[in-house]
Amino acid sequence: MLKEYLTVSSVSGPLVMVEKTENVKYAELVEVEFSNGEVRRGKVLEVSYDKALVQMFEGTIGLDVLGSKVRFLGRTQELGVSADLLGRIFDGGGRPRDNAPEIIPKKRLDINGNPINPSARDYPLEFIQTGISAIDGMNPLVRGQKLPIFSGSGLPHARLTAQIARQAKVLGREEEFAVVFGALGITFEEADFFISDLRNTGAIERSVLFINLANEPAIERISTPRLALTCAEYLAFDLGMHVLVILIDMTFYCESLREISASRKEIPGRRGYPGYLYTDLATLYERAGRIKGKTGSITLLPVLTMPEDDKTHPIPDLTGYITEGQIILSRELHLKGIYPPVDVLPSLSRLKDKGIGSGRTREDHADVLNQLFACYAKGKEARELAVILGEASLSDLDRLYLKFADNFEDKFVRQSESEERSISKTLDLGWELLRMIPREELKRIREEYLNKYY
Amino acid sequence: MSQHPEIIKVSGPLVVACGCAGSKMFDVVRVSEKRLIGEIVELKDDLAYIQVYEETTGIGPQEPVYLTNEPLSVDLGPGLISSIYDGIQRPLDVIRSLSGDFISRGIEAPALDQNKVWYFKPQVKIGQIVSSGDILGIVQETPLIKHKIMLPVGIQGEIIEIKEGEFRIKDVIAKIKTKDNQIKEINLCQRWPVRRPRPIKERLIPDEPLTTGQRVIDSLFPIAKGGTACIPGPFGSGKTVVLHEFAKWADAEVIVYCACGERGNETADLLLSFPELKDPKTGRPLMERTIIVANTSNMPVAAREASIYTAVTIAEYFRDMGYSVGLMADSTSRWAEALREISGRLEEMPGEEGYPAYLSSRLAEFYERAGKAICLGSDRREGALSIMGAVSPPGGDLSDPVVQATLRVVKVFWSLDDKLANARHFPAINWLLSYSLYQENIQAYLKENIALEFPDLRKEAMRLLEEEARLLEIGHLVGIESLSFDDRLILEVAKSIREDFLHQNAFHEIDTYTSLVKQYRMLKIILEFYNLGKASLKAGMDFEKIIKLPIRGKISRLKYIKEDNLIEFDKVEKELKESYA
Repeated sequence: MLKEYLTVSSVSGPLVMVEKTENVKYAELVEVEFSNGEVRRGKVLEVSYDKALVQMFEGTIGLDVLGSKVRFLGRTQELGVSADLLGRIFDGGGRPRDNAPEIIPKKRLDINGNPINPSARDYPLEFIQTGISAIDGMNPLVRGQKLPIFSGSGLPHARLTAQIARQAKVLGREEEFAVVFGALGITFEEADFFISDLRNTGAIERSVLFINLANEPAIERISTPRLALTCAEYLAFDLGMHVLVILIDMTFYCESLREISASRKEIPGRRGYPGYLYTDLATLYERAGRIKGKTGSITLLPVLTMPEDDKTHPIPDLTGYITEGQIILSRELHLKGIYPPVDVLPSLSRLKDKGIGSGRTREDHADVLNQLFACYAKGKEARELAVILGEASLSDLDRLYLKFADNFEDKFVRQSESEERSISKTLDLGWELLRMIPREELKRIREEYLNKYY
Repeated sequence: MSQHPEIIKVSGPLVVACGCAGSKMFDVVRVSEKRLIGEIVELKDDLAYIQVYEETTGIGPQEPVYLTNEPLSVDLGPGLISSIYDGIQRPLDVIRSLSGDFISRGIEAPALDQNKVWYFKPQVKIGQIVSSGDILGIVQETPLIKHKIMLPVGIQGEIIEIKEGEFRIKDVIAKIKTKDNQIKEINLCQRWPVRRPRPIKERLIPDEPLTTGQRVIDSLFPIAKGGTACIPGPFGSGKTVVLHEFAKWADAEVIVYCACGERGNETADLLLSFPELKDPKTGRPLMERTIIVANTSNMPVAAREASIYTAVTIAEYFRDMGYSVGLMADSTSRWAEALREISGRLEEMPGEEGYPAYLSSRLAEFYERAGKAICLGSDRREGALSIMGAVSPPGGDLSDPVVQATLRVVKVFWSLDDKLANARHFPAINWLLSYSLYQENIQAYLKENIALEFPDLRKEAMRLLEEEARLLEIGHLVGIESLSFDDRLILEVAKSIREDFLHQNAFHEIDTYTSLVKQYRMLKIILEFYNLGKASLKAGMDFEKIIKLPIRGKISRLKYIKEDNLIEFDKVEKELKESYA
């Protein structure tokens, strides 16, 4: 029988102070029974000699100081796992929300996980073909990578993410990805879009969904991505599956973190976000990867909306410092009606270099990619100049680059939501565009490939 | 409350314990039965504030705390090379064999293999008087590194016993009789507290370049052996790639790479590629001269704070042997953030951006541990420790307190530029903002060893680049066409310097490393093209004809000439002269 404390002394925001506690441990799970009989859960945030500070997951509305009972459960927050997780939908706290019974767990895992030993990591180098030229050709994704999508409100990041989830495959193999989907504070409609997309393609059978909607407890959002990643780790490293984890939208997650930090009266860092935001995000993102000697892998695609499209806002900024690159969506391209509006130049995939080239994609991939980048950058520069000086004052070469940039956006970046371009088709398309430019300008490409493909 | 130290409060990585009277600041303690490792960061009466290097989940009040009465120290001895440690010198490969692919808590593992046998060859004789830092003998640790066994600091006296043969690191290899007639037993390894710099005899001025094979650095903004440099830039601008290139190609004899709060996959890349990469000088695997300290961003934050001290202490130890050592710290911002996080938990008054007020003095202390020096010991051997630190300012904003505090102490500033990175110009080091204060120091060396005119070529190249920036500004206003042909030639040549010389592809097998001699010859040809062009313009040659000379294609491919085929440059030089003839 667990001890029940009737010693709640203060409540402030999501935080509850319990007095005269004994034997309470840091990060322990807590149940609070309200005076009306409702039971809500929380976690120990700080513990002193005879006091414990508890953070409530589902808010403190209706909590009173006198009548509430507090029970310390003696364990941390856990997720029961088994192969039956696949095909199921849970809420942000790990309870089923698809009207099906709880699963019978094979084992229970602490949702905080443990860091992967760096010397156990295997370097990600298997190219994932997403069928999207702007990603495959320019910023290719590899298995075990964490590559966020930096978006803005109103941009089609949900459609793009769904398309990646639908089309992602490793070349030359028929294996498909298991999808673990964590919805953090998004609206019902957005969540429904993903669920029905997964249902329509039949992918729901190999998916696990953790859904915390915008109107659901914000504090519970702190554990939702951890549940999703714990589930992914089990599928990947215990069951040997290749898992694609989608976390959408990390901005809401960070805001929840800020809420707790503020109610704890911590010294804020930039824009009121706590000073440990980097560390906290890292403990999530770094759970992606591959492990030597294990078949499975975790590829992580967090999606975040940049407030005011500002890349230097702490959330995208710290994310970019942890993840291995970023896919940035551009409002300018979106307004031009180009889908997917991937802003190729500031986007980056850090792990691409070992994942592309002969034997993985095609021998000329690296050079073509560098050349396309350089030419597109010049084209955009020329476009800026043309705005100031007028197109007529550009040199012939600059005018050519300007045309290249337009064609690049229109033919290479643009594709339809259902179009799946193979990597060789993407590269051929790249060569087609490069032929516009005189051969001696193509300095980033090796002679042999120019001879073969130009 | 009881006499034995016990926990009274837990808040994240900060634990407060009572009953700790008599313990000292920065002593290491073990927390709870799980024996988590921590360090005392504040003392109040008998209360000790402990920063714990491991996750504190499941720890609570009344659990015991064990004092060790010893500051955080590292083991120094044979077996260091090729190791990979976490922030508090636990070997990660050993931990993996103990606890599997994920790091669990409270694991203890000796930093150096206790059972491995090393062959020790003495260099001193019985009866010899020796003092701190003197080399007693040699262990050939890897084919590249002779591990010199030094007399630990603080001991001097007469050798009364010395053995040759195979020993484990804890076996006694020598006995010393000190002045007060005590007998000290010496073994192959020693301990040193990480927060205390290892002593040296004398500091020297760095006057020799530390070549890195990176053209923009070696030619334009060089670092000297024993120097300090910082490389700030926003994410995606290529800091880590540049530091990896240093670790691969810098002509230091020992490399210590500290991945401090960075990505796990990047560390895996180092671990997997270094054993395969060959040292350009010796042809041996690079791992045989490298030590990695890896505390990735998801590993405990307090150990991240300790990791750069662990790394610099190991680096100092090899410097003391008389080696030139390079330390790469990626990234010092993550270290500063760890400092901030712990300072916040201690409820200290924050300075700028929430960083503690002592941030800049801690940074200065760290960088000052670099230097060229005469090492302790009677043979006056010279060693050098060069430190290169990455800084990751939020949003690439250089007014960030960590960047500003760093710039006050380092002598070389490589400014990474977002725009260059977006145009895939790598290394994305901005030539207008970067600087190196070692230019003067190493001029004599370059004149003597490479070419008398090398420093002048550098000046000329810099002048053209600066001129280019000015001309482009004018050009943007009035149109490039309205500039004079002289100026347009400058633009063309500056472009050639940028694209054919400064741009370097780290992933191209030949381009990834360029020797100083090759750099000199490349630069010479590019500037020769300019000088000849300028003269020909004066003599009435058509501008369009000059910029369309076929030799320019050759110039753009100079970077792909192999190091063992530098004779090729003579041909290009000849061709260049002919094309203007």
